[in-house]
Amino acid sequence: MRKPYLRQAPGRELADYPEGTAYTAGFLTAKNAGWRSVRPVLRAEKCVLCLRCYLHCPDGTVYESGGALAFDYDFCKGCGLCAKICPLGAIEMETEGA
Amino acid sequence: MTPTAGTIDKNEYFFGHKACAGCGGSLTVRIALKILGPRAVAVLPAGCMSAVGFNFPQLAFLNNAIISTFAGTASMMTGLEAGLRARGERDCTVVGFAGDGGTADIGLQALSGALDRGDNILYICYDNEAYMNTGVQKSGLTPFGARTTTTPAGARVRGNVREKKNMLRIVAAHGAPYAATASVGYLDDYMRKVQKAAGLRGVKYLHVLAPCPTGWGIASDETVEVAKEAVDCGLFPLYEYEGGAFRQTVAPKGGSIERHLRRQRRFQHLTDEDIAHITVRRASET
Repeated sequence: MRKPYLRQAPGRELADYPEGTAYTAGFLTAKNAGWRSVRPVLRAEKCVLCLRCYLHCPDGTVYESGGALAFDYDFCKGCGLCAKICPLGAIEMETEGA
Repeated sequence: MTPTAGTIDKNEYFFGHKACAGCGGSLTVRIALKILGPRAVAVLPAGCMSAVGFNFPQLAFLNNAIISTFAGTASMMTGLEAGLRARGERDCTVVGFAGDGGTADIGLQALSGALDRGDNILYICYDNEAYMNTGVQKSGLTPFGARTTTTPAGARVRGNVREKKNMLRIVAAHGAPYAATASVGYLDDYMRKVQKAAGLRGVKYLHVLAPCPTGWGIASDETVEVAKEAVDCGLFPLYEYEGGAFRQTVAPKGGSIERHLRRQRRFQHLTDEDIAHITVRRASET
């Protein structure tokens, strides 16, 4: 799976910045995890991999990995759409740091 | 064949963006790019999706993407399509993602020009029904009664006094080869329309209802549910315009207009008469 990924941010010197207005696509320098107050947690015994959660995630942070569902906690914002859309109740939102 | 959740491109072309949690607009962009693939060239005017996608050096598009002027989405698409053709690049879909303000107000002239020329582009309007990234100001696609910062709800005036423009009819009146409405509440229907549009020549126009938790006053996990409800209660019918005729693509399942409106904070001030007005108007349109 290809997607934008985290890299070292350019330095603070003028020479580190592009001369034109174009730059590398898919260049991420910061995570979104800090936005989250609740996190999705999978109840694997209930999941049948229908992937509705994956399809509806606005951030693309739900994915299938090795026959099981996984979350990219670096970029999940904790919106809860995946838990809401799951017809089987296989995703629960848990408070962060609880 | 229309992709499903199991067969759609696993790559993420719009990822790591700074959209609000539960954003309907970002879901609209993400799904379209998964259908169109890595050779799609995206044009985004000022609006939520450019504001959240291009925060140098944080660039959330995996494919080529460019910011246009607010008014010039469609004209930049025209230029890009011509440039790609001149360079002999094949299988590139030039796709635009503009908000409701960038489409129905500020970018309408450029869109009309492209429709007149019949350029080969796919224009997608993600309609969150106000200028959201600047702080919820009314646009030409804000529905009657909605509270925005420029149409506040008070004792005498209860939110927006104007009706929502009908962009699908405006585009259809240009004789577009393909135009359709869609909703993030019905992704299967939306994916089918994106794929169909990408395979046609000329200006294809998709108008996607994309709820905004921040501006609508709904919870971040309600985006899809509310977008589906809007279709089911008849306030946002899903149509396809092709060959000079309109066709409904999803039959509304029914549902209470009042319940749908009252769960959104932007409509909470509405009186029973206002809701009756919206209900009557809906019935007269279909």
